[in-house]
Amino acid sequence: MDAPTTYLHWGFILISLPNLIVMGLMIVIFAIALVAPFPHSDKADNGDRE
Amino acid sequence: MAIVNKRQEVVQKRPASWTVRTRRALEGNLPMDHLLPDRQPYYVGSWVYVFGVITIAALAWVILSGVILAFFGPQWWHSSGVGRFVNSVHFWSVQLFFIAMVLHLWGQYFMAGWRDGRAATWMIGVVIFGISVLTAFTGYLSQQNFASQFVAINAKDAMNSAGIGSFFNVLNFGQMYGLHVMLLPVGVTFLVVAHLVMVRARGVVKPIDPEGVVLP
Repeated sequence: MDAPTTYLHWGFILISLPNLIVMGLMIVIFAIALVAPFPHSDKADNGDRE
Repeated sequence: MAIVNKRQEVVQKRPASWTVRTRRALEGNLPMDHLLPDRQPYYVGSWVYVFGVITIAALAWVILSGVILAFFGPQWWHSSGVGRFVNSVHFWSVQLFFIAMVLHLWGQYFMAGWRDGRAATWMIGVVIFGISVLTAFTGYLSQQNFASQFVAINAKDAMNSAGIGSFFNVLNFGQMYGLHVMLLPVGVTFLVVAHLVMVRARGVVKPIDPEGVVLP
């Protein structure tokens, strides 16, 4: 637990592996949210609020 | 009868007080069916809209666990099992808060959520993000452990070089803790409520025309 984490280094980019994993997971979650089917209700209206 | 009519005339001519003006503005801009709707437009049927709700849910856990931590203090959250658990709930709720907030930001950015008079809602979101970063920073400084000392010592040079070290002293635990548990959370909560009310008042922004036609 107290050991320093792994860092990845490409040129001027220096990032820890945990941070890279979190960023990758966020992109994956965002992509899934865009394409995953959402359970629809019959109560939805047409959006003409204004 | 004539007296009553004259009185009504006087009342109508008198400029409305600020309470009346406020009431009229609220009634006009924020009717209850907008504030607490039971129906949403069909295009809200997407998981992208859930990120904002997750952000608010995480904030509720952050505030709840933070109130408990503030009540019992650093000795408790470092030495007792329950204290460490509540401390962890506070920490991981903040992680969830930031992850969901950034995903919400991505979603609103790509759907251009500032359209049709919603610029103020977007800008308040930007300010909430900034204050949240400051709140998290002062939270790291308030942990009362070696990590917080490490952060404070390193941040001191950065603050001094930015010219704000004299009145924002990261080595002053009392100042950082006071900001973290009072001023900044109040600011975040107030702005989140304002953000939410503005979303309710105007409704969720309509999708961008799939034909790509932008009407003036």
